[in-house]
Amino acid sequence: MKVGLVGNPNTGKSSIFNLLTGLRQQVGNFPGITVERKVGSFSADSKDFKLIDFPGTYSIFPRSKDEKVVYDVLSNPEHSEFPDVCIVVVDASNLERNLLLFSQVYDLQVPLIMALNMTDVARKNKKEIQREALQKMFPSAQIIETNARAGLGKDRLIEAILNSKERKDPDYFLGPIPEEGINDALIQEAEASARYEKIQKLIDKVLVRKLESEEITISKWDRILVHPLWGYFIFAAILMVVFQFIFSFATLPMDIIDGAFVKLGSWLQEVLPTGVFTDLLSQGIVPGIGGVLVFIPQIAFLFFFIAILEESGYLARVVFIMDRLMRPLGLNGKSVVPLLSSVACAIPGVMATRTISDWKERMITILVAPLMSCSARIPVYTILISLVIPDHYVFGVLNVQGLVLFGLYALGLVSALLVALILKKLIKSKDKGFLLMELPQYQRPKWGNVGLTVWEKVRVFVWDAGKIILALSVILWALASYGPGNEMEKAVKIVEHQFENNTNLDQEEKENQIASVKLENSYMGILGKTIEPVIAPLGYDWKIGISLISSFAAREVFVGSLATIYAVHADDNEKLLDRLSQEKRSDGSLVYNLASGTSLMVFYVYAMQCMATFAIVKRETKSWRWPLFQMAFMGILAYLGAFITYQILS
Amino acid sequence: MVDLSMIQNGKKVRIERIQSSFLRPKLMEMGILEGDCVQVLFKAPFGDPIAIHVKGYTLSLRKDEAALVKVFEEDHTIGN
Repeated sequence: MKVGLVGNPNTGKSSIFNLLTGLRQQVGNFPGITVERKVGSFSADSKDFKLIDFPGTYSIFPRSKDEKVVYDVLSNPEHSEFPDVCIVVVDASNLERNLLLFSQVYDLQVPLIMALNMTDVARKNKKEIQREALQKMFPSAQIIETNARAGLGKDRLIEAILNSKERKDPDYFLGPIPEEGINDALIQEAEASARYEKIQKLIDKVLVRKLESEEITISKWDRILVHPLWGYFIFAAILMVVFQFIFSFATLPMDIIDGAFVKLGSWLQEVLPTGVFTDLLSQGIVPGIGGVLVFIPQIAFLFFFIAILEESGYLARVVFIMDRLMRPLGLNGKSVVPLLSSVACAIPGVMATRTISDWKERMITILVAPLMSCSARIPVYTILISLVIPDHYVFGVLNVQGLVLFGLYALGLVSALLVALILKKLIKSKDKGFLLMELPQYQRPKWGNVGLTVWEKVRVFVWDAGKIILALSVILWALASYGPGNEMEKAVKIVEHQFENNTNLDQEEKENQIASVKLENSYMGILGKTIEPVIAPLGYDWKIGISLISSFAAREVFVGSLATIYAVHADDNEKLLDRLSQEKRSDGSLVYNLASGTSLMVFYVYAMQCMATFAIVKRETKSWRWPLFQMAFMGILAYLGAFITYQILS
Repeated sequence: MVDLSMIQNGKKVRIERIQSSFLRPKLMEMGILEGDCVQVLFKAPFGDPIAIHVKGYTLSLRKDEAALVKVFEEDHTIGN
């Protein structure tokens, strides 16, 4: 049996969903369209039920693609998703506005259960609801009270679902929903005002206000949190705390995951018989899975905080105070959190754009998010800065290296905003953006909901994006491990021969040399050499070329890849720096000088060197077009930026 | 008659007319109806967006969205 779940945003709809289904939830799409659908399951009375969560909406007449699903399904009993019974969640503290949607769904003749939720908030606001009067308004609906946040009402809901019957004789609150009204603003306006008029007439019998006067007061929280000065100050402080947590606490589990998979890989290499299959497993698949799982701590931490901010009602206030500042850029107040999250990592940043209801604003936010300098760029910046930027001080206090690092972050931020501005002009959209957003009442976050949000985000990343990341990492591994013909074996033989004649060199040195010539003669090495003419104007040689290609796996791979090529042990940063600083071109000049080093840094500010971001953008936009477009424009920016930098500095 | 966007914080107003726009049905669905009373609660810096009390809840809307709503001032105010 199919049960639908419909309601206004901020009514506790997701609490009801979690209350009924717990962990038995799945995220997918509505059939045939790219609108996300959450489905959960539960059983009662030895029957299995499927609970379909519909996008939140204020009216049956849609303003977005997501909202349209509600009308398309509920108006069409033949639709594959048409529910046998529909739960409409109604916020009891905000009854009038909630009854608009409820009465519309009622008039579609869908078997209905009204979950009168948040009655505790209503009571706190001194509002008492007369259920009998409400029942008279909607005789064919079952009306039950729930308080999903407190975990109350599950049994009543299930009982109502079991008792639900098909509606035989049409029975209307106002009248049938005019089908032609979907595309007709005038009909929608007439509908809304007729419904509100009727609701208004009946509401006094239903709603008993115990408040002496109708004095409206601004919440004491809003006096601080949307204050022109304190509002921004507090938002900045909250962000600082969140980033501190992500940077200091996420690194520990990330290192553990990373280490565990490295160990697992080498253990498999030892115990399994040598061969292509073992190599694939231990060097391709296992590190690939590790490369997916390593993002979990950052995603979990970030969504833990975002869910708290959202549940509490604070996120809507952030949107409120940031909206004016973001609007000229084609962005929305809701873009702020995703963009700032991207300073830690673009993946949760892109995932956090889910809250942006306007399609165009969401796309722009997703497209520019990876331009914010993420934490994976830090190892690349660090090694390049210490290589080519002098450790001097200007004005006695400002460290030049620190200034350059700051400059790279600033370049990323400014570029993100400028690109947003350009995309605003380029991307065409039928919908015009608007804000019109409810500022929900503040409430204590419910930990169960926070936990489920974190779980869902992690699962979506691991299952949906993880597949693409795994496939790409196996491809990258194969490119780096195999080469055409027997060039690789020949090169290895030469190294072995050299070491046989020279007993002064130790075993580790030999292994490093072998790894180096193997990479040089692999497909990846050949690719690096092939693109050398293209990247020469940026100041790079083929060795850098190889590192650029391999770091599509993740930016920080750049450092490890250079270490392999220069036959330095991967963890020995000192030695690598030493080696790089001596590297010369055929004309005797240094490979890593101010011009080429800075050019590389600029390249890494812009280039989308991250297959995980690529995969999550594919997941979130549900198309290959956007991640490919993003990779192309970021690549072009990277090339041009690096070219200009190199030409000016050299 | 003035635009809702021009109203000071705390002032209560009666909605006279909503200018025709693609947002008009949406505004009405959100509870902004001709003849009803709403109250301006607070504004973001630069006076945009604004937050109003309507039908028992708080709605925020951009200045240009609020400018579609033509209102008459009532005399009732709240302390701010």
